[in-house]
Amino acid sequence: MHDTRNREIAVGIFVAIGLAALLMLSLQVSNISNFTGGEGYTLSARFDNIGGLKVKSPVRIGGVRIGRITDISYDEKIYEAVVTMRIQQQQNRIPDDTIANIYTAGLLGEQYIGLEPGGSETFLTNGDEFSETTSAIVLERLIGEAIFSKKNDP
Amino acid sequence: MKILDSFQRLGQNSERLFAHTGASSLFLLRILAGIPSLCGHMRLLLQQMYSVGVQTLTIISVSGLAVGMVLGLQMYNILVDISAENTLGHVVALSLVRELGPVLTGLLFAGRAGSALTAEIGLMKATDQLAGMEMMAVDPVKRVIVPRFVAGVISMPLLAAIFSAVGILGSYLVGVDLLGVDEGAFWSRMQAHVDLYGDVLNGVIKSLVFGILVAWIAVYEGYHAEATTEGVSQATTRTVVHSAFAILGMDFILTGLMFGD
Amino acid sequence: MDLLTEKPDQEYLVQIRNLNCSIGKRVIHKGINLDIPRGKVTTIMGPSGCGKTTLLRLIGRQVRADSGQILVDGVNVSRLDLDGLYALRKRMGMMFQSGALFTHLTVFDNVAFPLHEHTRLSESMIRHIVLMKLQAVGLRGARDLFPGELSGGMARRVALARAIALDPMMIMYDEPFTGQDPITVGIIMQLIRLLNDTLGITSIIVSHDVQEVCTISDQLYMLSEGKVISHGTPDEMQHSSSDAVQQFMHAFPDGPVAFHYPAPDYYEDLIQA
Repeated sequence: MHDTRNREIAVGIFVAIGLAALLMLSLQVSNISNFTGGEGYTLSARFDNIGGLKVKSPVRIGGVRIGRITDISYDEKIYEAVVTMRIQQQQNRIPDDTIANIYTAGLLGEQYIGLEPGGSETFLTNGDEFSETTSAIVLERLIGEAIFSKKNDP
Repeated sequence: MKILDSFQRLGQNSERLFAHTGASSLFLLRILAGIPSLCGHMRLLLQQMYSVGVQTLTIISVSGLAVGMVLGLQMYNILVDISAENTLGHVVALSLVRELGPVLTGLLFAGRAGSALTAEIGLMKATDQLAGMEMMAVDPVKRVIVPRFVAGVISMPLLAAIFSAVGILGSYLVGVDLLGVDEGAFWSRMQAHVDLYGDVLNGVIKSLVFGILVAWIAVYEGYHAEATTEGVSQATTRTVVHSAFAILGMDFILTGLMFGD
Repeated sequence: MDLLTEKPDQEYLVQIRNLNCSIGKRVIHKGINLDIPRGKVTTIMGPSGCGKTTLLRLIGRQVRADSGQILVDGVNVSRLDLDGLYALRKRMGMMFQSGALFTHLTVFDNVAFPLHEHTRLSESMIRHIVLMKLQAVGLRGARDLFPGELSGGMARRVALARAIALDPMMIMYDEPFTGQDPITVGIIMQLIRLLNDTLGITSIIVSHDVQEVCTISDQLYMLSEGKVISHGTPDEMQHSSSDAVQQFMHAFPDGPVAFHYPAPDYYEDLIQA
């Protein structure tokens, strides 16, 4: 009987450790608070070229992450990429003349959307679109241009 | 003639494969139908959770720690060349949570718990314990097979989660404490890139599927083992080999479905 | 023989008619007819591999017959559904050659197993019954041992206690004497006889130990090559005129069961260079 009890305790501990591991994976390893389905509102932006931007890439203001990209689609009427992003609810003071840029973190780093706030007193709300955007810098084009200008510049 | 012979062999093999698939599917249905009978016999389940789960815990934690530490070291050496060692946590966590955790746990689980299940059930058959139970008007599938199957299915996701968690801690020890990766970068990069649904949950689903596969193969092989010493040892080997193939094959399919696009 | 009507017979508990059975491609039984009287000890004898054990498994329907009738207390076992079969099996006990005890349970829990499964008795009631059954086989003191700690003879006695736990109408013994020392054989013989007489149980033994079987059986059946070749009381069998019966009962090395495995002529075989 004593043996049975010890075994049952061991099973209980095992299940507890397993659940703790699951909890750690969901809280510590993945970030449940930054999860896209949480509280927040949606904005969108159009770009000529999004470079290597991906769904789930971060959206930042001044380097601080305030949201994530939830969808990337292509509008075939105007030949532009449409990027939808979800912004945390508390970040609700983004001026409507803010510029959305696509930046790269470091030379080989990930790409993200950096917001450059303007001076307007009206703020963007759910479903709004950024009026001004700058596309991703494509490295090949940059190098190509540099070589081209070198050629024409004796 | 040789060609005809090999065709004949191919035919025999596929015939056997189909027969096995049919028989094992029917057996799975019998097990599933027997699961309600577990109510009122929770003690049987607890006993099996002990031998299937608790006794596999040591090898899982040790392997998880070792894999995490080695992964941390190797990845650091690669990443430091491109000055991206800050992404160590992100790389290690994703590979553990998505792939290595479920797959390696599944393989170890098949070797430790699956083979033990097959051997135990096979020996019970060889010593007439299953037949004896039938003669006492008790269905051995309900009393012997179902608790073991369910214990395996429950234990596998828990073990895989422990493997991944311990592995991440191992890589943290090597990366942060030993090699000096920035602690904040280690965790924040990880949190920014590991998704709860896309990565963690899919990993759990994978390990659950592997748990069903291994437990199913193990109890099927044990229950249908030839009732001799040799038959049981062959069945045990088959459990480990078939489980490994099933896990690796299924992993390919699941990865394609989950992370394909 | 003609088929029987399916109702309980006054005299016989188990009746078998025109039974044919094969396992895989091997034909085991070719038209067996048997009657096992109520409340008596009946032994089925025969050389190894003649299908004795399979016959017991057929009666408990662990194996299905190809054709023929097996009536147990008037019920045709081949036509039972699972519930009916389990209801019938609760009234049967079987003692396997190996004992078939559950290795992970103690002696006490082994005997209590069928009671836990099939009755709603209280724990104290179950304890009483288990101790009574263990007392009957003389192993009340061994209740806390595990099967691995028992000798072969003790394991069979525990198996016997478990077989009688639900007070069955019949017990089947599969090779109860094989490989036991004389004292154990004596104990098992005494137990079989005692349980049969005091509890009014019908006993079916499968064995090839002629001496022991003749001592405790009321009736003998002899199987050979899938057929019943003779039956009668031990006395009648000892003085049977059949060569096959005589060979078996008196252990002659040569007879209808030949000493030599079928082979071509010895002389021919040798001069073939």
